[in-house]
Amino acid sequence: MSKILQTIGLTKSFPGVLANDHVDLEIEEGEIHGLLGENGAGKSVLMSTIYGLYRPDEGKILIRGKEVVIDSPHTAIKHGIGMVHQNLTLVPSFRVWENIVLGKEIKKGLSLNEEETLRKLGELLKVASFEIDLRARTEELSLGSQQRIEILKVLYRGAEILIFDEPTTILTPQEVDQLMETFRSLKKEGKTIIFISHKLKEIFAVCDRVTVLRKGKKVGTLPIEEATPEKLAEMMVGRKVLFSLPRGREPGEEVILKLENITTPEEKGRVTLRDINFNLHEGEILGIAGVEGNGQRELAELIVGLIKPQTGKIIFQGEDITFLSPKERIKRGIAHIPDDRLRRGIIGDFTVWENLIIGFEDQPPFIKGKLTLNHSFLRQFSAQKIKEFEIDTPGENALVKNLSGGNQQRVVLARELSGNVALLVASQPTRGLDIAATEYLRNKLIELKNQNKGVILISADLDEIRSLSDRVLVLYEGKIMGELSPQSDEYQFGLLMGGKHIDEAFI
Amino acid sequence: MKLLSKKSLSSFSILPEIIAILLAFLISALILLFSGYSPLVAFSALFRGAFGSKNAWGQTLTQATPILFTALAFLLTFRTGIFNIGVEGQFLMGAIASALAGIYFSGLPAPLHIALSLLAGGVMGALWGLIPALLKAYLGVHEVITTMMMSYIASYLTSYLVNYPFKAPGWVAQTEPVAKSALLPKILPPTQLSLSFIIALFFSFLVSFFLFHTYLGFQVRAVGLNPEAAENKGIAIKNRQILAFLLSGFIAGIGGGGEILGVHGRFVDGFSPGYGWDGIAVGLVGKLHPGGCILASILFGMLRAGGMTMTRVTKVPLDLSLIIQSLVIILVAAPYFIKTVIMRRKDL
Repeated sequence: MSKILQTIGLTKSFPGVLANDHVDLEIEEGEIHGLLGENGAGKSVLMSTIYGLYRPDEGKILIRGKEVVIDSPHTAIKHGIGMVHQNLTLVPSFRVWENIVLGKEIKKGLSLNEEETLRKLGELLKVASFEIDLRARTEELSLGSQQRIEILKVLYRGAEILIFDEPTTILTPQEVDQLMETFRSLKKEGKTIIFISHKLKEIFAVCDRVTVLRKGKKVGTLPIEEATPEKLAEMMVGRKVLFSLPRGREPGEEVILKLENITTPEEKGRVTLRDINFNLHEGEILGIAGVEGNGQRELAELIVGLIKPQTGKIIFQGEDITFLSPKERIKRGIAHIPDDRLRRGIIGDFTVWENLIIGFEDQPPFIKGKLTLNHSFLRQFSAQKIKEFEIDTPGENALVKNLSGGNQQRVVLARELSGNVALLVASQPTRGLDIAATEYLRNKLIELKNQNKGVILISADLDEIRSLSDRVLVLYEGKIMGELSPQSDEYQFGLLMGGKHIDEAFI
Repeated sequence: MKLLSKKSLSSFSILPEIIAILLAFLISALILLFSGYSPLVAFSALFRGAFGSKNAWGQTLTQATPILFTALAFLLTFRTGIFNIGVEGQFLMGAIASALAGIYFSGLPAPLHIALSLLAGGVMGALWGLIPALLKAYLGVHEVITTMMMSYIASYLTSYLVNYPFKAPGWVAQTEPVAKSALLPKILPPTQLSLSFIIALFFSFLVSFFLFHTYLGFQVRAVGLNPEAAENKGIAIKNRQILAFLLSGFIAGIGGGGEILGVHGRFVDGFSPGYGWDGIAVGLVGKLHPGGCILASILFGMLRAGGMTMTRVTKVPLDLSLIIQSLVIILVAAPYFIKTVIMRRKDL
């Protein structure tokens, strides 16, 4: 095997940040090379430099042993480097094939030669060995399929080295599996793949070798056989990471929350919940497992009051709250970490302090008198929360949209845990977070449990659910398929998540 | 200005706006040049007409006053995520209500009569704003349609009122003059500048205080920037949007009243050259901030006041001054408009 891509002493700095510090990277031809690191470790900057989006301050890039200057993505493509970005860059109203050839069309006179294009793309599909309807309208496809369009775009331009920048963050577990399959078949076709991720499981699933970055520096490169999760995590974080969390104490007897025969009205774009019944006890973490989009979001929004049920009752601490507004429920101590941080959780164009006080702004001591914000208290409050929750921000006046995902989530957490919390509904609380932030958040959940609060943990990450929950319910198409203990094996979870009722699953 | 909190100051970069204004003048200069006029002579006449004397200043600020009111009205609704293009209608309805209150209440001491007449304008404007607000909140009718239609209704309704039921004798479609006790005092005689300008400044202060120092303003801004996150934290979106509409209408209505009681002394048909529409541009050029709107409204007042002088002195047609205004609007507001309206409001 030969080195297809190499960087020597690559350095890139931005004002105040040394994003890449003399990075030596070696990629062999035909391998799947994992690039691992915490948020802000410099993975994306390194790849963007190789792809010609940034010019390095220092250092060299070699392709097949020859030094090259890559000053634009255009040059990168000429050298056979293609990149699939984390955020998709497609025209929603275009057909699939139009998006693929956009910018490099096969023409017939003034119009596009659709026939010839489709024939050529058909050949590419064999290389990628996946299916996609080339004539479908892009916006009607799932994110997983849209990502396939991006892959085809890169292949169509003749890429030999494919860079994937955190491709799995937007995918469901099934789609992740399919992407891993795609990686393997591309490798079989002789392509080289650089796979950026901070999820160890994915790295172990497909990579041949893995390079770890931390704070802009390369920590090391390992063949996957020599790596263990503990070792890689330690390389990423710079200290030992505990994978098994301390179990909290046993849940109490008292029922905090009771859902009785809940059914929600049918509405376009929403999963209808049917016959939901469960109890949550004090000091209990109740896990809600299931493939995403099976009613998890609706269940969370039902409990916090954003959706009203058609039938059934919600009893919270002995009180019927079925028709109370979100505001009234917040007052009673129901806190919410929404699954979509940017949509429901934060206001990006608000500052950190403004985000920390949403929901409290109309009550003393946040106001003085009847109307006026108590600015001195607000500052003091937010400064204290920033410290307590270790929010990494230039100050309380920074706009939240400029913080990293992990720090945005800490802002949400700080706010939600500031009130008098009796119940926390946590939806996908660690999605997109790096190891340190994930560890922090999980410990907070256990802390709540140990303070005798109730926690409903909704997560697409089965490992997360099983390591934290006392009991687990599995949702499928808006119905509860059954209750499992976190010790049940993955196969049992799989059956319920696939829509088998617990009674059929274990005959 | 303690009201401009640290945050709003730091994000208050006006460099792009200044570049846009200079660019507008540059392009206008080229147009003047090609049309055979000297840009230097024309612009110096423009500036003299706007700032060259006490009279010029009076003219500029008189022109700026109604636009400042309408800009404040526009930005209040915009801050809560509503694109209210019906400020003109609220302004006109306020004007007619103030005019009628000024005519038909009598025997009151001046301060009371003025306050009452302005209040009538404000309340009328607020009611006019309430209609699209309720239509949006409870029936989901898009405000761009309703507010624009309400503007046309207001325009024709006021025109009807001064042509028929309340028409003063004579050729001109106008009401009787308001009572002397309802007239706003002039603050820079012999110019037309009236107390209305001071009231507009006071309202700028109030709006700024409301937005950045009260919890209601905080909620209004939260709803405007991310309604779903606001809803998640228990803020009643509809209530806040209705509130913003009411305040917007109230301020526009006061502005209309101020124009009647301060400048014209009666409601003259067609007295507004589109102050409500200018307010939209000024609100955007002023970066949706009351402080910025003060500056932007003076800029627009300058173009209006100075434009007349320019025409008189240089024989450059008045249209050219309108071209400069339009260029400023396009260059300053368009990119911002595209960013905030088109990109943030995909439902438009």
